[in-house]
Amino acid sequence: MGCRRLQGDRRETRLRLNELKAHELLPLIRRHEVTVEEAVTETLDRIAALDGTIQAYITVAREHALQRAKEADARLAKGEPPRPLEGLSIAIKDNICTKGIRTTGASRYLEDFIPPYDATVIERLEDAGAIVVGKTNMDEFAMGSSTENSAMFSTRNPWNLNRVPGGSSGGSAACVIANEAVFALGSDTGGSIRQPASFCGIVGLKPSYGLVSRYGLIGYASSMDQIGPMTRDVRDCALILNVIAGNDPRDSQSYPGELPDYAGCLVPEISGLTIGVPKEFLEEGLSGPVRDAFMKALDRLEELGARVVEVSLPHVRHALAAYYVISSAEAGSNLARLDGVRYGYRAPGQEDSASMMAASRGEGLGPEVKRRIVLGTYVLSAENREKYFNEALRVRSLISRDFQEVFKTCDCLVGPTSPTVAFEAGEKTRDPLEMYLSDVYTVPPNLAGIPGISVPCGFDEEGMPVGLQIMGKQYDEATLLRIAYAFEQATDFHRRRPEVPQKTYQSESAGGERSV
Amino acid sequence: MKEVFEPVIGIEVHTQLKTESKLFCSCSTRFDAAPNRNTCPVCLGLPGALPVLNKKALLFGIKTGLAFNCEIAEFSGFDRKNYFYPDLSKNYQITQDAFPIGTNGHIDVMTDGKTRRIRIKRVHLEEDAGKSVHEGGTITGAAYSLEDYNRAGVPLLEIVSEPDIRSPKEAYEYLLMLRRILLYLEVSDCKMEEGSLRCDVNISIRPEGSDEFGTQVELKNLNSFRAVERSLEYEVERQSQLVASGGEVIRETRHWDEASQVTVSMRRKERAEDYRYFPEPDLAQLNIRRSWVDEIKATLPELPAARRMRFIESYGLPEYDASLLTDTKELADYFEAVVREYGEAKTVSNWIMGELSRLMNATGIGIESVKVRPGDIAAMLKMIDKGTISGKIAKTVFEEMFAEGKSPETIVKEKGLVQITDEEELAKIVDCVIEENREVADQVREGKDKALGFLVGQVMKMTKGRANPQAVNKLLRQRLAN
Repeated sequence: MGCRRLQGDRRETRLRLNELKAHELLPLIRRHEVTVEEAVTETLDRIAALDGTIQAYITVAREHALQRAKEADARLAKGEPPRPLEGLSIAIKDNICTKGIRTTGASRYLEDFIPPYDATVIERLEDAGAIVVGKTNMDEFAMGSSTENSAMFSTRNPWNLNRVPGGSSGGSAACVIANEAVFALGSDTGGSIRQPASFCGIVGLKPSYGLVSRYGLIGYASSMDQIGPMTRDVRDCALILNVIAGNDPRDSQSYPGELPDYAGCLVPEISGLTIGVPKEFLEEGLSGPVRDAFMKALDRLEELGARVVEVSLPHVRHALAAYYVISSAEAGSNLARLDGVRYGYRAPGQEDSASMMAASRGEGLGPEVKRRIVLGTYVLSAENREKYFNEALRVRSLISRDFQEVFKTCDCLVGPTSPTVAFEAGEKTRDPLEMYLSDVYTVPPNLAGIPGISVPCGFDEEGMPVGLQIMGKQYDEATLLRIAYAFEQATDFHRRRPEVPQKTYQSESAGGERSV
Repeated sequence: MKEVFEPVIGIEVHTQLKTESKLFCSCSTRFDAAPNRNTCPVCLGLPGALPVLNKKALLFGIKTGLAFNCEIAEFSGFDRKNYFYPDLSKNYQITQDAFPIGTNGHIDVMTDGKTRRIRIKRVHLEEDAGKSVHEGGTITGAAYSLEDYNRAGVPLLEIVSEPDIRSPKEAYEYLLMLRRILLYLEVSDCKMEEGSLRCDVNISIRPEGSDEFGTQVELKNLNSFRAVERSLEYEVERQSQLVASGGEVIRETRHWDEASQVTVSMRRKERAEDYRYFPEPDLAQLNIRRSWVDEIKATLPELPAARRMRFIESYGLPEYDASLLTDTKELADYFEAVVREYGEAKTVSNWIMGELSRLMNATGIGIESVKVRPGDIAAMLKMIDKGTISGKIAKTVFEEMFAEGKSPETIVKEKGLVQITDEEELAKIVDCVIEENREVADQVREGKDKALGFLVGQVMKMTKGRANPQAVNKLLRQRLAN
């Protein structure tokens, strides 16, 4: 009798398995109501059914994931205690190195690159029981805001297949909202987690610089790069952050301090907190629907007892310019290692090493990457360095000071994550500057090293999600998450899911199993 | 009248630090491993790998900075030097541009008995590159090239002098002193033949008495300190003749051709290369605590110049002896170890600079591998003092000590080399020699001292050197007195 009933429960649960958030799925696995293999298979089946349409994954590590799932079940069967993220399917942005699983950075240059080592975050997630199901699409080497700069293919926004998912972590955002993974990792240098999170209606956290180890993340702009969680709600975000945050001796910029239990900080109580609204974030360029959703979000925060005040960050108007100068300078240097000598693409038929290196880069790297390498080389050259690079560094410290100043009176700052909702595919590909403007609100926290999170705060009339960006004090993710949680609990935007027309999975277009 | 030119010389030295692991990863620094054996994602420049500073290398850097009388930076850090080359795995070198560990130092260099102070501009840490092997020998003629990254990331210390050096000889002495200091500090092996010490030299000339600088020429392929000296001699001559005949020195890099002892133009330097330095964002800024620097300062060994002075002042050694004995830390330590057991410093110095040096040179054995224990030299010297062995026998004994590492007592006993001090026994031998050499003996009686020497020699020969020559002399004079 009991046995049949359990089966019945399981069948019912099984129908909804891939829709479950991490904190909903974990208890089922802990109580042995669902096996890890069942849960992982659900996700893999969902990918097979949907990713032909969404194209979120560059590589699906099906065999790897099933193997790990069986190992996890065997551990649990032996009575070993379940680990913090036991059996959860994670999607990893394809610029984070995974040992034995191809890591391309969405670049032709690394199309066949299989790292011999795991990034620190991968080690930590796997030690915590999470299972990598695949590597997600992105703008090549994280340079872009729509995932259209991928050398592989474009990813669709699950809310509207004609729209972009944002970028550069567009694949990670799309797969999370489409239930093609329980959660994902993205990376954020100027908004690459928060902007796609906003475009796809999920939660995306860019931690304080140094909170999460960068070891194993293909460097774009080393002084700003951060890996962070992309999840369906704030509680999941905190659970993942608990696992990936913390000092790593392999990253010299890693924060050495003690960290709180982020999930334990989630109380939906923000009365008495002061929330600043930088007036510079509400100036020209902000679209009507985003403004409307944001204003309603402010009302909601006030209803929750927070004090909302207008503040000013006088130097952030220069943030985007400073960002592109500094990030391109660092990127040009970071990507110099892609020279055809040791790994990756090598141009055939070259006479000497210098032309081989030049041709390998010329053929292996995409146009946006080249644009930024040229820009980075220019701003660091002897005659331009003072005018551009050093000036940008000065702007950067002024912006940091602006934030420090307002954080003397505010517990956090809020603003829209991006000036618009997800735009049409192809709409901005011809004008890079137009594309860069998509990051205008997300760039300042990267320059200052402070954390920022995007949480769903509404939909426009066409049903496209809008994101609210909350920015906090450096290393105070606990307060940031608490405010995000309180807001989320008082709204139901995070409960909506897109209806995605299913199309048969084509292994060619989505990368398949080829390099596992 | 011929115009006299003064050379203005600056030297950059790169020396490999003797750390176990590389500057930014834990790979071994051994240079004789199979190609690419000592590599990892960090030193291969794999995507996503990050550098982490080797604390020991930093310590060595600070130590060296202090030894060169530099100011040690409180805030230091690393920069990227960007250029493409196949042996540079990241296509940038992590080095120190804006904030070197040490600045404004100096060392004193003695050339031809005159001491001059050479200022040290900076001392900084950086990583070494890998090594390209061109199949076919040259870059241009090679069918292909191979890359070995074992050396990539090995810590280097760059020591840059101000252009204070004024002669090729002084350049040579500067390098000797620099190497001596590094060896005293035990931070580097300084083996030019293994590439663990390399130098680049800049030279210009100007009319004597002028304050202005001439056009600089950089010299490359200097594989020994002698090569530095000779190439500079050549350049001074070349540039002087050029200018004297109305020509102009051009800014260029010249290659020292060891075989024909000339410098050859390699490439012109129209302008400085643009390496697009910027702060290395993968490494945190270094805040070097004063207390740590003080701790390091307290562990500095006595440096060559100070030790030399002490040898002169407290042992009463001549300058010449003190200079030679302090040439290496090992030799100076050895000397002092002997002196500790045998007080007479000058005698010890004579033996070390005489017999020991002679044998070391003949066999090519360095002081660190010499088998003779300092205590054994002291014991031998005491045996001479007691008359147990003669000074002459001692040389034989010492050769045996050097070859076999045995104690002098053992050798003397084994070979029966104890000096004959018994007068009666000696008298018998002397009488025997007079008997056998009557004619010579008569000559001695007639006052010919030369003849006496011959008889002494005969006695020594009969005793295989075991007789005390003074005693023999005395006996012979007594016997042959008129």
